[in-house]
Amino acid sequence: MSPMEQTRFAYGEALLELGQERSDIVVLDADLYNSTRTVLFGKAFPERFLDLGIAEADMVSTGAGLAASGLVAFCNSFAMFLTGRCYDQIRIQVAYPSLNVKLAGSSAGLTQGPDGASHQSLEDVALMRILPHMTVLVPADDVETKQATKAAAAHQGPVYLRLGRYPTPTISPEGYQFQIGKGVELRPGRDIAIIACGIMVAKALEAAELLAKQGLQARVINMASVKPLDRALVEQAGREAKLVVTAEEHSIIGGLGSAVAEVLAEGNYAPLWRIGTRDEFGQSASADELLDHYGLTGPKVAAQIAAAWAKLG
Amino acid sequence: MHYHPESLIVDISARAQMARIQVLKMIYAGQTGHLGGALSCAEILAALFFHHLRLDPQRPDWPDRDRLLFSKGHACAMLYTMMAYRGYFPVEELMSFRRLDSRLQGHPDRLKLPGIEVAAGPLGHGVAIGAGMCLAAKMDPRARAKPSAFAAPSAQASPWKVYTVLGDGELNAGVIWEGVMTAAKYRLGNLTAIVDYNGIQQTGATADVMPTEPIADKWAAFNWHVQEIDGHNVGEILGALDRADEVHARPSVIIARTTKGKGVSYMEYDHRWHGAPPNQAQYEQALAELEEGLKPWQK
Repeated sequence: MSPMEQTRFAYGEALLELGQERSDIVVLDADLYNSTRTVLFGKAFPERFLDLGIAEADMVSTGAGLAASGLVAFCNSFAMFLTGRCYDQIRIQVAYPSLNVKLAGSSAGLTQGPDGASHQSLEDVALMRILPHMTVLVPADDVETKQATKAAAAHQGPVYLRLGRYPTPTISPEGYQFQIGKGVELRPGRDIAIIACGIMVAKALEAAELLAKQGLQARVINMASVKPLDRALVEQAGREAKLVVTAEEHSIIGGLGSAVAEVLAEGNYAPLWRIGTRDEFGQSASADELLDHYGLTGPKVAAQIAAAWAKLG
Repeated sequence: MHYHPESLIVDISARAQMARIQVLKMIYAGQTGHLGGALSCAEILAALFFHHLRLDPQRPDWPDRDRLLFSKGHACAMLYTMMAYRGYFPVEELMSFRRLDSRLQGHPDRLKLPGIEVAAGPLGHGVAIGAGMCLAAKMDPRARAKPSAFAAPSAQASPWKVYTVLGDGELNAGVIWEGVMTAAKYRLGNLTAIVDYNGIQQTGATADVMPTEPIADKWAAFNWHVQEIDGHNVGEILGALDRADEVHARPSVIIARTTKGKGVSYMEYDHRWHGAPPNQAQYEQALAELEEGLKPWQK
């Protein structure tokens, strides 16, 4: 297996490269730059780096002001603070005027770990996905994170980029080119289609291996572009497989599972099973303990899929 | 500080009063809109649009224009009227205010109407977004070309200035004070906040809803340059704007003491006219009083 990396580290490196490539990139942080990894950019380009303290809403509005003046503003904090504390600012000052503000939500999901429910964002994708003009990207590994960060900078309009601190293997194929609005098949399979994003892509691949041993062939699709969703690929999966499964480190309400359900409900497609957290908050524990407890490890994902398959009859 | 001839002061005062009449007509015709806070900021906006701001209505996206942020977005009938008077769009379009497919939304929309710098509606955004625009000016290559431009912002040029118009009720919002701290931290001498301090918010007197006094001391404690003026006296407004521009090492605030519902006797100091349109009899009385108020400026 390839070396494990946290997507926030790849993001920090990509941001530094962007700073070297483009003079119009500005980075804002809210007293978390060591954790969000914007420290690399801040050290290299202090004249384009702003630390606004523990004032996330102020950071987002300031970013909007910079973007309205022609710059590309990357606003950084933990995913829950960024999307939850600043919803008003994001809605009115970023999404509504469609400004070039890029929101990078770090330490997202359950794997934020022992800090507990207050710091674990299980609702951020839902919050960002329903905003008009907003693009939502949940990259799966270091390679895709770098590319998604560059794509976010190049994209005209607001982007939410979801990043994590859980070490995850590189699963992007050689020569992979991330594109906003496109999903990618990582493994073929005729019985089941697993559509996953973020760290759950690696877990889905692990689950597919386990299912293969039981004689079930699972296709695995990485859907880093949660919005715009690759509708054609979801429809194809819904036509060709007998069961579609979504897997995300997020509530099954409002995230990738909901996005896929919205497509499949509008046609004659295979039934859907959504894997994620239910209607619940997280809790304190290690990342791996939490993934196991909430059913998000490879074996737990495989077991849930096998159970859903058995119900098809 | 510049000399402002009496003719200029009369001209701006007359425009402010004419705009009050226009705003009354718009809100009466549509039976929707916020009169009280629009009437209180007429002179402030007239002084900005007709004298102080560096702008070109034919080029609303001119990169070096001064930015006017209208943070108290609910009072935008007055903003739209000043923009139309200044030539951003035809005056006739004002009567489309708050109607289907209009560019003149109930609260300003940056994408729909060229010249609108920021969306507003939820209150409290105007200082932080203004700080962002001031920071962008300081990051502009022309500003950065000066030695250690970012480290010593006091001496550097800013290609444009930012003026943000706030309500006093809006100062209830904590995020205002986050922006106030940011502007002080980065010593944004190119930022001026103007508080339309009319003392009334939707449900009552600001002093009762959420006391903000001593307001000048608060801004001063946050390291802002503070001026207090009569917000209906055009001479004082123009002088305060000039003095604010001369402060380079820190941001400036002008506390403009105003009267909510200014010019209409039964609306003044009455929070019930924050968001209610007048009926026909009320409209006719208001129109008569505002037209009477125009006469001193037309002699």
